[in-house]
Amino acid sequence: MSTEQASRSWTGWIRQRAVRALPPEKLLPDRQPAYVASWIYVFGVATIAALIVIVASGVILGLKGPAWWHVSSVGRFFNSVHLWAVEVFFFVMVVHLWGKFFMGAWRGGRSRTWVTGAVIFLVAIGTAFTGYLSQQNFDSQWIASEGKDGLNAVGVGAYFNVADFGQMYTFHIFLLPAVVVALVVWHVLLVRRHGVVPPYPARRREAAPATDQGARSK
Amino acid sequence: MSAFASAPADDDREWQGDYVRYDLVKEFVVALVVITALTVLLVVLFSSPDDPPVTIQQWARADPGDFVATAVTDLDGTSEVATYGPPYNNVPGAGQKVFGVNTQTWPGVHYRIDTARDFVLDPLHSIPGNAALKRALASYQTAPARQQSRWTSAYSAALKHARYPDGLPKLPPGHYGPVAPMMSSLAGLAESGGLDGALLTSSQFYQTNYTKPLLFLSGGAFFESRADAQHLLGNQWGMMNETGSYPGQVWLWLYTFWYQISPFNTSENADAQIWVIMAVLSLAFVCVPFIPGLRSVPRYLGVHRLIWRDHYRRVEEGP
Amino acid sequence: MPGFASLIDLNSPAHYVHWHFFQMSVANILVIALMILVFIAAILLPFPGRGRES
Repeated sequence: MSTEQASRSWTGWIRQRAVRALPPEKLLPDRQPAYVASWIYVFGVATIAALIVIVASGVILGLKGPAWWHVSSVGRFFNSVHLWAVEVFFFVMVVHLWGKFFMGAWRGGRSRTWVTGAVIFLVAIGTAFTGYLSQQNFDSQWIASEGKDGLNAVGVGAYFNVADFGQMYTFHIFLLPAVVVALVVWHVLLVRRHGVVPPYPARRREAAPATDQGARSK
Repeated sequence: MSAFASAPADDDREWQGDYVRYDLVKEFVVALVVITALTVLLVVLFSSPDDPPVTIQQWARADPGDFVATAVTDLDGTSEVATYGPPYNNVPGAGQKVFGVNTQTWPGVHYRIDTARDFVLDPLHSIPGNAALKRALASYQTAPARQQSRWTSAYSAALKHARYPDGLPKLPPGHYGPVAPMMSSLAGLAESGGLDGALLTSSQFYQTNYTKPLLFLSGGAFFESRADAQHLLGNQWGMMNETGSYPGQVWLWLYTFWYQISPFNTSENADAQIWVIMAVLSLAFVCVPFIPGLRSVPRYLGVHRLIWRDHYRRVEEGP
Repeated sequence: MPGFASLIDLNSPAHYVHWHFFQMSVANILVIALMILVFIAAILLPFPGRGRES
């Protein structure tokens, strides 16, 4: 089928746009600009790794139901993995966030990357909140009794009842993680699409020649 | 020569300089192994907390005085829950306000709680075969409101002199009307565990909505004293804390901070006010790329010169 | 709870650091301090060089 014929179909149009935005060498590059040379750059992928551990341990907890970890030592083990993976997740995500802030990583058309990242952070806080509410222990009782006041004060509590375990559990094990994962996929595709943000322009030397390739501060 | 102003902004162009080999997939696999190992290490070292939940039965047995004191205020409609406002009940003047706007009343009543009926009268009506209790209930419910209030006020005032020889309240002689046998029966029901169940499954067999038992618990001092012991109260930066010595939700530091300082630490509208502050700050956080001044802060802070020091050395000092 | 027990028991009441209105558990302070240290280390520690392509 010719290119012109392909673009007339919806499928072909989407495929062309996708391939144009993210050709294979952009989607899975095996090289990076030379300025990508700092340990700060590993914290994004570390966040994704922590998220995978959270989801995997969460799936196992979900398979046996919410009461399992209270009565089984294996269940308690996976609950502990889930909890500590969440602590590690927020730890590395915030270090990643600090790095991206100090690098001004929204420059050069990358504002959507920053926005999706910031929204992931906020949605993750909400996801963790529903997780703490789903523990079915004293901590979840207390968090519910306190959390209700904040949410009721702004009218949200009528629709999001922190004392309704069924509702909070459903938000926690499916609705919010689905949003987080979708946003993470979008965030990563944006990074591949626009590339890692280049350094801020260098300070010019007094008698710097304009032709030095390395001196072009892109 | 100006350090920054004269350099062109080519941030969005394809990088024209040097590249290095970079194996993203291998980096991801290594990250997964390292993060998994780190997590398992933390689990083996520390496990996770699991303080058992408080039940109304525990409350009534451990502190029957606090239980009965709370129940009486639920009966006469003066308790915190009875005067809460939406989404539980309509109480004139109740509800938090921000800039004069009552944000709490917008959705109206969604989970109707009548504390007298739901926490006291209906559970008592479910107790079978107690003729004296049935007479007491009938006497209370047919009495005018002022008479009911005189009984409950007298009972509340006398509670400080109550004894609990068998876990049930015994007050000095007074004019409590039917309230005394009602509270005694309610305490008995609570101590048997029947009240926990009655509050949860009063309307249907299958239930996941713990609003009623949780609200009943939250009105008492016993529940709060358990939280106080674990530093979970609002004025203890409690939002960030976890039971025991575990780290908690550290990322809530800014949200809980406002509750510690004036004027919010004494404001009746603190929850609504702080929600608005945090909503504005969160929006600003998301919109950093679009806020002039804020988006230039990293450039002036200069931390990037440390991160990209090799790059700047090559570019500014030459090979 | 049968079987699985941790090496270090964190179920005892936490120690808190107080300063005016500021109070935070030692655990939370450790987490925050570690984050700052890790961030500084990430920026300062040299990253292994790779094959450079012009």
